Amino acid sequence: MFEIFGIPSTALFGQLLIGLINGSFYALLSLGLAVIFGMLNIINFSHGAQYMMGAFAAYLILQYSGLGYWPALIIAPILVGFTGILIERFLLQWLYKLDHLYGLLLTFGLALIFEGVARNYFGSAGLPYTVPESLRGGQNLGFMFLPNYRAWVVAASLIVCFGTWFVIERTRLGAYLRAATENPTLVRAFGINVPRMITLTYGFGVALAAFAGVMAAPIYNVSPQMGSELIIVVFAVVVIGGMGSILGAIITGFGLGVIEGLTKVFFPEASNTVIFVIMAIVLLVRPAGLFGRRA
Amino acid sequence: MRKSIGLAVLVAALACGGANAQQVTVKVGVLSDMSSLYADIGGPGSTAAAKLAIADFAKDHPNVKVELISGDHQNKPDIGSQLANQWYDVDKVDLIIDTPNSGVALAVSQIAATKNKVFIVSGAAASDLTGPKCNTNTVHWTYDTWMLANGTGKALVKTGGDTWFFLTADYAFGHALERDTMAAVEKNGGKVLGKVRHPLNTNDFSSFLLQAQTSKAKIIGLANAGGDTINSIKAGAEFGIVKGGQKFAGLLVFASDVNALGLQTAQGLTLTETWYWDMNDSNRAWTKRWQAERGAAGKFPTMVQAGVYSGLTHYLKAVAALKSAADGKAVVAQMKQTPTDDPLFGKGTVRADGRKVHPAYLLEVKAPSESKHPGDFYHVRATIPADEAFRPLKEGNCPLVSG
Repeated sequence: MFEIFGIPSTALFGQLLIGLINGSFYALLSLGLAVIFGMLNIINFSHGAQYMMGAFAAYLILQYSGLGYWPALIIAPILVGFTGILIERFLLQWLYKLDHLYGLLLTFGLALIFEGVARNYFGSAGLPYTVPESLRGGQNLGFMFLPNYRAWVVAASLIVCFGTWFVIERTRLGAYLRAATENPTLVRAFGINVPRMITLTYGFGVALAAFAGVMAAPIYNVSPQMGSELIIVVFAVVVIGGMGSILGAIITGFGLGVIEGLTKVFFPEASNTVIFVIMAIVLLVRPAGLFGRRA
Repeated sequence: MRKSIGLAVLVAALACGGANAQQVTVKVGVLSDMSSLYADIGGPGSTAAAKLAIADFAKDHPNVKVELISGDHQNKPDIGSQLANQWYDVDKVDLIIDTPNSGVALAVSQIAATKNKVFIVSGAAASDLTGPKCNTNTVHWTYDTWMLANGTGKALVKTGGDTWFFLTADYAFGHALERDTMAAVEKNGGKVLGKVRHPLNTNDFSSFLLQAQTSKAKIIGLANAGGDTINSIKAGAEFGIVKGGQKFAGLLVFASDVNALGLQTAQGLTLTETWYWDMNDSNRAWTKRWQAERGAAGKFPTMVQAGVYSGLTHYLKAVAALKSAADGKAVVAQMKQTPTDDPLFGKGTVRADGRKVHPAYLLEVKAPSESKHPGDFYHVRATIPADEAFRPLKEGNCPLVSG
């Protein structure tokens, strides 16, 4: 055992692992945002509220049908994704021809509405939701105690991130989608239903947010403002990674989780702001983000 | 001649009639966190409690007209200050009450003193409000960091928890609570092994808890509140803190937090409060009325909201006695001279430094099997009498207290 900058090495490795776990969470959240912006050019400010809706859906599913965590992991994203489809069909599709900012304003307004309604009915202190039986407890790794649930979060996040990246970058469906965003008229001429693809993609991005929400419910406080606290950080992650890049969002999510974890050890009071400092530096040096495609 | 005498008599009669309806008007503002992590601790529930206080007061004092407004300070001292200035200057508010968030409360306290209005703090905790920052226009009602530190801190040290590690919210309240609890722990023979400060409204505590585990302290003191405390305890359950032999000291825990955690996670937690809804019939009866007024299902009033009812009642009585709310300093002086009495806190006094004194209760969260009905959260383990519960008058460094 040796010391690095006054912190024992075992403690430091523990903090790095925790940073990685948090990073996997950021990656999962920023994935949905990157998909929606990268594919559809919509700045989805209601992402945080949809994440919150996923967690609340898990709670309500438990309350009203008795179904626990594992069914909720599938049902909640489908339900919330469906509301995303409704939003796209009835509200967002009219704004594609306009400036990005209109989409931002609309989704921001929706976020405020969802949060306000949730706070009205449930209050702000939060709702109880416990870790499922099968994932309780943890492993003593020697340098730290790793809860089983957190290990599951990393695994699920890696699977979902890799799966999404694979579908978009390596399958025909993903190719259609990428083509449709670059040149919708031409793709439509080939007989592909572009509006429906866009609707389903938005719904998928929202479902990803809700999936992250269900994963968060057992470990973070399920409250109406849980999304607004995280959404700013997630936007910073996506901006640093490059607004068009799926891979960029994933890698940046993990990387920033680790950096934030290290900050919490050496200078905890700044752990909120370090991500934005990095964002400012990255934007000065590479305005398109680390992996961004735009010139 | 007869006409002018008749006219004079008529005018005299009218003048007398006017003097009878001597209305005293008071305007009260509930300044609270209506939308963020403290909204269930104070928030709309405080407004509901204020409405009940005004309704009860009106029964005995029909000639005092009370107007109520409410506002959201969003936990930001600049927004809270701007609202306080606007209310006191433009909207003619005489009393601002509640204000969870010590940063906002300290700012508003200065404003009230400058404008000679009244400020009753129910939600905020920093004991500096009746210490170095005390003034003639502020009354600190429900609880403070010194009471929490000496209630919970002392009790835990005496039962064997003699090494501590602090998890502190990085703003005025967290610093004050950490300072007072450190003093209480060391005074009773304990040792503080370390501390870490986290930003307000932090989601993830795993990193900070790992540091707490590494320190091997017997007690992890949570010098934070609301959503931060809930997240700390939830993460602690995950990381096996309690199984590993350490205990949490919830230095500031409200019924709304226990509700959000669920008894399964919160059981065994030791905390100190000055009011609990299920402690006696009077509190239970008031709670039913509060729930009807609040209109949201499944909620229970916190001591902060009860404090708003109690503080507002005492203020209105002082205003009625003076027949005017205009001179804030005079009203507060009247509040300090008159003993308090209300259905929730019983009999008590307001001290020279602005500290309202009443007994405190050491509470322990029940296990799920012990809870017989919704809201049945606590065992009452001990009662701390009023003269021991709060910091002695001479030790506060308040400029208003001579000697």
